[in-house]
Amino acid sequence: MSAIEPLLRVEDLRVEFATEDGIVRAVDGITYEVGRGRTLGIVGESGSGKTVASMTTLGLTRGQGVRISGRILFEGRDLAALSEGELRAIRGNEIAMVFQDPLSALHPFYKVGVQLIEAVRAHKQVSRVKARERAVELLGLVGIPDPARRAEDYPHEFSGGMRQRAMIAMALANDPKLLIADEPTTALDVTVQAQILALMERLQRELGMSIVIITHDLGVVAEMADDIAVMYAGRIVETASAELVFAGPEHPYTWGLLKSIPTLGGPREEDLVPIPGTPPSLINRPSGCHFHPRCPYAQPDHARIDPELHPVPDAPTHHVACLLEADVRRRLWAELRAGRMPDEALAEVGLPGAPS
Amino acid sequence: MTRYIIRRLLWGLLLLVLVSALTFVIFRILPTADPAKLRAGRLQNPKIIAEIRHDLGLDKPLLTQFWLYMKGIFLHFDLGFSYYSGASVKSLIFNRLPATLSLVFGGAVVWLVAGLTVGIVSALRPRSRLDRASMGTALVLVSAPEYWLGLISLYLFASDIGRLRVFPGAGSYVGLSSDPGKWLTSLILPWLVVAAGTAAIYARLIRSSLIETMGEDYIRTARAKGLTERRVVLRHGVRSAINPIMTILGLDIGVLLGSAVLVETVFDIPGIGRLNYDAITHSDFPIVQGTVLLASLFIIVANIVVDIAYAYLDPRVRYS
Repeated sequence: MSAIEPLLRVEDLRVEFATEDGIVRAVDGITYEVGRGRTLGIVGESGSGKTVASMTTLGLTRGQGVRISGRILFEGRDLAALSEGELRAIRGNEIAMVFQDPLSALHPFYKVGVQLIEAVRAHKQVSRVKARERAVELLGLVGIPDPARRAEDYPHEFSGGMRQRAMIAMALANDPKLLIADEPTTALDVTVQAQILALMERLQRELGMSIVIITHDLGVVAEMADDIAVMYAGRIVETASAELVFAGPEHPYTWGLLKSIPTLGGPREEDLVPIPGTPPSLINRPSGCHFHPRCPYAQPDHARIDPELHPVPDAPTHHVACLLEADVRRRLWAELRAGRMPDEALAEVGLPGAPS
Repeated sequence: MTRYIIRRLLWGLLLLVLVSALTFVIFRILPTADPAKLRAGRLQNPKIIAEIRHDLGLDKPLLTQFWLYMKGIFLHFDLGFSYYSGASVKSLIFNRLPATLSLVFGGAVVWLVAGLTVGIVSALRPRSRLDRASMGTALVLVSAPEYWLGLISLYLFASDIGRLRVFPGAGSYVGLSSDPGKWLTSLILPWLVVAAGTAAIYARLIRSSLIETMGEDYIRTARAKGLTERRVVLRHGVRSAINPIMTILGLDIGVLLGSAVLVETVFDIPGIGRLNYDAITHSDFPIVQGTVLLASLFIIVANIVVDIAYAYLDPRVRYS
């Protein structure tokens, strides 16, 4: 994306799990970059491989029956090739992670302060007292009132939003360069979601870290992300800057995601259009384009040909993996944006309907 | 919390009275040798038997007997006298208590250490050869009757009759205060036997509990923090997985204190279980009554201790 070296560059990452039912291809050759101080939003349904991809960055998916290939270049170092001990020195230190459900992600038997102290002391040789001061400072930083007292509370004595703040505080314990947030707002109330996103934006401004935010919610990435990668069935199907994606999405799956969320600006009676079907099994993926069984615009040969990620004409930073012609895609999106249903758009553009 | 404990203690007291009443009734109803006749020995004639019966208080109505017994306990902590030896039941029990305490608490240490170690190691490598071997052994130990294990261990290792004469055998028990060294060696075999089955159960329990815990989100968090795997397992995994074990530990100790009959009998350890066993064969009702009461006391106290400990182990648990 830019000439200077990105903070994180993931190249052709593949993660496969051997299970009794067969090999799960959770992540199937994805490539992306996160620039310094920038925010990448990875978007997709559950089971699209977005969580596995980011946990693999930290080596958290390593284990028996797991095959990982590709490169994970963090400041030029390949994390995929590091030993467990070397990775451990990076985890929670240079790269930190925040998880979806803060109640289950915090240990129920330890005080919040103790868990923060542990995070500090995992990487810094400091006294308990010093680590405690840092823990209280962190709780204050993420906006927990009366942090010295609240550090003595157990997670169950916190509200949902406060727990997520505490999780974020824990992630920030060692001033990470990269924060990976996996569905950080999904388990929270809507009003609290906005607070947590605002908090993350403020912290990014103040601390200058890069963020990878994983979500199924395009609203969240619209709020936060500079760049967007849309994942489907273990692959990135579309990637570009946030402006480009929201101004002119190229992949039918991205259209589906966009049309299935309500917009405040849109007409009131606008129908939300769900994406039909369910995410495919990652053991027996559909042939050809993995999205074709759910794609309203799929043509017969799309079940045979597996599309690759290619730049969009006139927009070299916008990549999409779709077999439709570029001008057909633009006309379809124009129809959809005008409020037409997928089958109307198809007729308007003059394509035959998808085989059902 | 204090109110909760007081309430539990009062309920425990009531329970003890009920247990006593039940033992009292059962002993009278079930066919058993007449204690008076047993005591009369060879001089069996109705007059002497009636006299003895009067001396023992057995001619009074059942309710009166029970009342007197309860009064004795509550006012003087008096458990009565043995029909057989005439000795005070209280002193008999107190003399026997150290042996049982040594056996049970020593055994508990053995089964905790062995069970937890094996269980944790197995949980960290599920389905490995080590795991399969440990769990297979555990299954054998769980299924093996205690007295059988006891006899086998004596046959194999006892210094008098064993194939390999390693450890002191049956009847070698010496009090801790008289000779700590001999006390220790004499208890090694009984400890292993009393611990074997329980250790196996604990190993299986902690294994499944830890495997489940290691899949929790907070374990992933602990790893993401960059903690060493050792710390992740011990401070985060085992800390949670151990809770159910602590719950049954209290109960197991409580139960065993009142009923280590088999092991005490096989190894001829002069403990409460052995006392009870002898008392039953002699129809020595006051001793049976006393040991049953003691056993229920242990179980009730163990239950209360476990519940209180639980509030300390899991900060989410609060009693009011």
